[in-house]
Amino acid sequence: MMDVGLQHFVVVSALLFCLGLFAVMKRRNAVGILMGVELMLNSANLNFVAFSRYVQHSIDGQIMATFVIVLAAAEAAVALAIVLAMFRNFGTVNAATATSLKR
Amino acid sequence: MNLAMSENAIITCALAILVLPLASYALTFFFGKKLPRKGDFIGVSFMGVSWLLAIRIFLHFWQQSDPAFRVEAAFNWVDLGGFSIDAGILVDGMTSVMLMVVTTVSFFVHMYSMGYMHGDRRYERFFAFLGFFTFAMMGIVLSNNLFFLYVFWELVGLASYLLIGFFFHKDSAAQANKKAFLTNRVGDWGFWLGILAFFTATGTLNYFELFAHVHAGTVKGTLLTFAGLGLFMGCLGKSAQMPLHIWLPDAMEGPTPVSALIHAATMVAAGVYMVARLFPLFGPTALMVVCYVGAVTAFVAATIALVKTDFKRVLAFSTLSQLGYMVMALGAGDSVNAMFHLTTHAMFKGLLFLTAGSVIHAVHSQEITDMGGLRRKMPITFITYMIGTLALAGVPGLSGFYSKDGILGSTLAFGMINGHYVPFVLGILAALLTPFYMFRLTFKAFFGKPADQERYDHAHESPWSMTVPLIGLAILSIFVSGFNTADKSWFSKYAAAYDIPAIAAEFHMEGADEHLVVEVHAESHEEDSHAASDGGHDGHATDAHAATMEDGGHHGDGDHHDIHHTAHMRAMVMSIVMVILGISGAWWVYHQNRIDPSRFQTRLPGVYRVLQGQYFFDELYAATVYRFTLWWCAVCSAFDRIVVDGIVNGTGYLTRMVAWMSGTVDRYIVDGAVNGVAAVLQGAGEGFRRVQTGRIQTYLVYVAASVLVLILIYRVL
Repeated sequence: MMDVGLQHFVVVSALLFCLGLFAVMKRRNAVGILMGVELMLNSANLNFVAFSRYVQHSIDGQIMATFVIVLAAAEAAVALAIVLAMFRNFGTVNAATATSLKR
Repeated sequence: MNLAMSENAIITCALAILVLPLASYALTFFFGKKLPRKGDFIGVSFMGVSWLLAIRIFLHFWQQSDPAFRVEAAFNWVDLGGFSIDAGILVDGMTSVMLMVVTTVSFFVHMYSMGYMHGDRRYERFFAFLGFFTFAMMGIVLSNNLFFLYVFWELVGLASYLLIGFFFHKDSAAQANKKAFLTNRVGDWGFWLGILAFFTATGTLNYFELFAHVHAGTVKGTLLTFAGLGLFMGCLGKSAQMPLHIWLPDAMEGPTPVSALIHAATMVAAGVYMVARLFPLFGPTALMVVCYVGAVTAFVAATIALVKTDFKRVLAFSTLSQLGYMVMALGAGDSVNAMFHLTTHAMFKGLLFLTAGSVIHAVHSQEITDMGGLRRKMPITFITYMIGTLALAGVPGLSGFYSKDGILGSTLAFGMINGHYVPFVLGILAALLTPFYMFRLTFKAFFGKPADQERYDHAHESPWSMTVPLIGLAILSIFVSGFNTADKSWFSKYAAAYDIPAIAAEFHMEGADEHLVVEVHAESHEEDSHAASDGGHDGHATDAHAATMEDGGHHGDGDHHDIHHTAHMRAMVMSIVMVILGISGAWWVYHQNRIDPSRFQTRLPGVYRVLQGQYFFDELYAATVYRFTLWWCAVCSAFDRIVVDGIVNGTGYLTRMVAWMSGTVDRYIVDGAVNGVAAVLQGAGEGFRRVQTGRIQTYLVYVAASVLVLILIYRVL
């Protein structure tokens, strides 16, 4: 049985971050982009917790992760409100159509 | 009755006489069309007031016992440090006579014009111009310095130009006024040079200061001669003396009242007045030239008048001839008789022209071949015309006889003293021709059978506005001389010769050692013994001038007085004989028809052609002066075209070349740099614009890629 170490957490966190980044870059749906952002935030949380467990042996990283979760909740609330407003204005949640700032 | 006026009153009256015609001019010129009767009553009434004021001044001098009395008033007009000109007026006896002459003729002509110009399209303009002329003429008469004399001299020329060309729609009138104006320019050129010569030499323009300067010898010798001849050129032009007389016959294109006022009575006499007024400024040599010019003009013009058939032209040549008399008298040193003849001539020649106008008005033709027998149709015109003719012919008892006799006497005395008999001979021949051509005119126009029955039937006496001036001038033509020659009649007081030493003393100047004998009577007596011997030299001429001058002033001198007395007696007898010969000759030829005048044409065709062609002066000028002028104009024009235009065009071409080069540099290099920078920036902008998609996700890709690149760089380094 292989011992689970720091590098496993880091690889999973990197994969999660890449998935999140990919979702943010490629999704047309604003809600999908939001979900990508959540994934990236969670990968960072995973890093915080892992480094706190294996490297520092302290509780600081876990406190930081808790903050990030709270922050993510607040961010999701604001972002969903923006998406809702966008839907009302444009009739769609496709991020590519919301280009009125360009002109 | 006390007729004396204070000096202030005289000046005020004189200024009023000067300004009233100007006011008449301005009112009729600007408001004439709106006024009732087109404003002619303004011209006539203003002239009437001027006339009364002139009479008032005249009466003052009538009572004045001192012949040297004069009033001057002046103010400083231009003051430029060393150079100053006064504007001033001068009133003395001679001025008051001229004022009388001008206002009298002008008043009668204004009145006459009401009838003569009636119904003319530019009626009010005519009166305006008459007023303007009178104003300018008054300026000449009243001016006390050469500068303003010149100014008004030119204004008179302008008035003459405007009035000769009054019927400017006729080509002949337009040509005539141009000719008059340009001919006068030639004379005025010399006049101005003369004025400048005197001003440069003495620094003053005031008449009396100039006299004092000449007396003191500031101007003398050749300069005095040539400066005097310069002044005389003004007289040549304005008084139409040979060889600048060519404009006066053509000036008859103007309306007849104008011919009477300007080209017979007043303006053409301005030259004579000027020379008489400035008499001390003329040296003996200059006076000799003046004398000969006058004599030749008197004779030549009289011969031309023999063959002319145009009523007004005969009178015009007669005017030339009489002006020649006046100038001849001036040259002989007798300015008094010149002024006397000016006065009498103004009356009878003004009268003759007005009767000519009356006749032309009646028969609508100027050719005497269209007239004949008019005495029955126009009794008033005929009688007044006869008075004028007899006065002009020199019949004893009328004014013309006394003035002409005075001139011939002085000229004969002039010849007896210095041997220059030519002027007298020419003068006495002209005195023979004058009655002949005048009675030729009389018999052709007023006697015999009507040449044109239709014109004769339509002829009628003129209205009262035309006949009243005729009667007035006819009365003056008889009485103005006072039935005596200038020395003895009322006139002597009005035109006495200047008392030069007194004037010089007034300006604190003394006579120089060598000077004109004209002014110093005492010395001329000593030279009397030389005087009667051979003539021709200046010195002797001077003596003669001194002698004739004295005659106008003092009578104490024994020898000269005898000569003058003898000369006057002889001249009087001769001139009476000439008048009788002339009138009876004309009666014989043109009334009795004993000799057919056309035989003269066939016998002496050459002489006839020369006379009819007016001695070909016009042709001579056309062949010389005009051709030279045109040639010179062509030369100047060629110079202008080739040299001046070449320089201008060359400069233009050069400028264009430089501009083209500069433009090219500007367009390709300067603009290239500017546009290049702009184009590069624009291109870059275009390029970078692609990056800015506005999609947040694209930016995120850039961010991610950049982070990757940074990490890669970090790893490699």
